[in-house]
Order: sequence, then structure tokens, then C-alpha cells
Amino acid sequence: MDLGPHSGFIVASYALCVLTVLGLIAWVRIDKIVQDRAMKELADQGIGRNRPDKRKR
Amino acid sequence: MAFWDYANPTRFLRLVAIVLPWLAGLCVIAFAAGLYMSFQAPEDYQQGQTIRIMYIHVPAAWLCMMCYTVMSLSSIGTLVWKHPLADVSAKSAAPIGAAFTFMALLTGSFWGKPMWGTYWVWDARLTSVLVLMIMYLGLMTLWRTMDDPIKAGKAAAVLTLVGALNLPIIKFSVDWWSTLHQPASVIRLDGPTIHPTQLWPLLVMAVAFTLLFLVLHLMAMRNEILRRRVRALRMRAASVSHPGTAAATAQPAE
Repeated sequence: MDLGPHSGFIVASYALCVLTVLGLIAWVRIDKIVQDRAMKELADQGIGRNRPDKRKR
Repeated sequence: MAFWDYANPTRFLRLVAIVLPWLAGLCVIAFAAGLYMSFQAPEDYQQGQTIRIMYIHVPAAWLCMMCYTVMSLSSIGTLVWKHPLADVSAKSAAPIGAAFTFMALLTGSFWGKPMWGTYWVWDARLTSVLVLMIMYLGLMTLWRTMDDPIKAGKAAAVLTLVGALNLPIIKFSVDWWSTLHQPASVIRLDGPTIHPTQLWPLLVMAVAFTLLFLVLHLMAMRNEILRRRVRALRMRAASVSHPGTAAATAQPAE
């Protein structure tokens, strides 16, 4: 496909959008991994979301 | 189950787990269709092939405003109803809105250079969108500078609502002032002025961008809920090991 004399601007615009969206996806995915790991570390230390008095019941 | 029951973070996370794969699938399909239609659409009789930039620039510009609208509504939820997810929603939307604004500004520059002869001009539309970008960055900084998410959320909610005054300025800047930026050609009282062969690809890309925002926002909200749970658990553990030293700050997402 011939994008004409201004093809550089068109390609740069699409490339910028792709990189920004990939950056956003990477940000949420990495953040999820970090939070999951932190939750797992706390659970391994016996620190869970259920309060001790609830667990006894 | 009433809609308001999803204000419970645990129920919300369960709903996200069900909805997210479907939304992500729809988003990929919408982008595939939108990009195909964008490159099949005829070139503009004046702008030539640079019209292709419109199919990403305009949806990004719409979304940067929609994202701030979502943050403003969430801020009302934080200040008025103290909704447990409102603050989470506002905080999670800010980086996504900043990214869409960045895309709108940069693609606008890349479109402006061949059409206007310049990457940037200090006209009302461009400047007001730049102010929006600064608002996003300021809000993100505010959230990071305060340890207590409740206090940070309230301060950010007030600042967000003040910044919402910029939204009508962005929308109507091209009508109120003489600008280099063209006036609205899609969302108009007398209907769109774009030919349907170029309008439809634009609308499909707008749907794709909206779905992308929803997917990213839900994922970011899920992360924020987990982050607050981690913080609350660490504080509880600290208060058990060192009674009286940990601040007993209630967490909305606990």
C-alpha cells in the first residue's frame, strides 16, 4: 500500500500508538504479578485476609 | 443481586474475572475490523493518505476526555457517597487517560506537520489538551506523594473536579476561539460532516479504543484493590508484632 509522500508521519503515528498501548498492557500485567507475589508472600507468612477470630468459628 | 452490590470489592473482583476475557476478545476483534476498515477507506481529496492518522488521533482524543469524565464521576462517588470503589476507579484511570492524551497530542503533531506546516501551535484546542495532560500527571503525582490512600483520594477527588472545568473548554474551544484546529465534524447538532466511507472506520476504531479503555481500567482497578489489601495486611501484621506503632487506617478495598 502506497502511503504517499507523508508516509513517515502516518507510520510514526501508528507506531507510537502501538508502543503506548503495549506499554499500558505491560504496566497492568507487571503490576498484577507484583501484587500477586506480595499477597502470596503474606499468605506464606500466615498473614491472610481472614481474621483469627473468624478462622476459629 | 442489585448493581450496588458490586460496590463490594470482592464481588467486583469476581465480576471482573468473568467479564474481562470477553471484553478483551471483543477489543481485539474491534481493533482488527477497525484497522482493516481504516486502511480500506478512501484517501481524503485534500489531505490524501494523512487522513489515516485521523483513525487513531480522534479516538485517542475522545478517550482522553472520556477517561477524565470517568475520573470526575468517580470523584463525586468518593466525596459524596464514599463509594468503596470510586477512589480505586479514579486512581486507576489516571495513567490510562494520560497515555491516551499523550497519543492524541503526538499523533496530532504528526498530522499537523504535513497539513499545517507545524508540529505545534498554541491555539485553544491544543493548549487545553496539554493542560489536560498536565492535570493527569499532577493527579498521578498527588496520589504517589501521600501515604494514606484515603486522604490522597479525597484531595485528588477535589482536584479532579476542579480540573473537570477544562472538559467543556476542550470541547468548545474550536467554536469559542479562532483556532488552527478544525471544528467538530462528527459530534455536531446537525450531524456528522464526514463521508460515511470515512465515518464508519472512525466509529469502529472509537469502539475499539473504548473497549481497550474498559479492559485496561478493569485490570488496573483489580491491581489497585490488591495493592490496598497488601497494604492493609502489612499494617495489620505490623500492629500485631509492634502494638501501638502501626496506624490503624481503614482501607476501602480491604
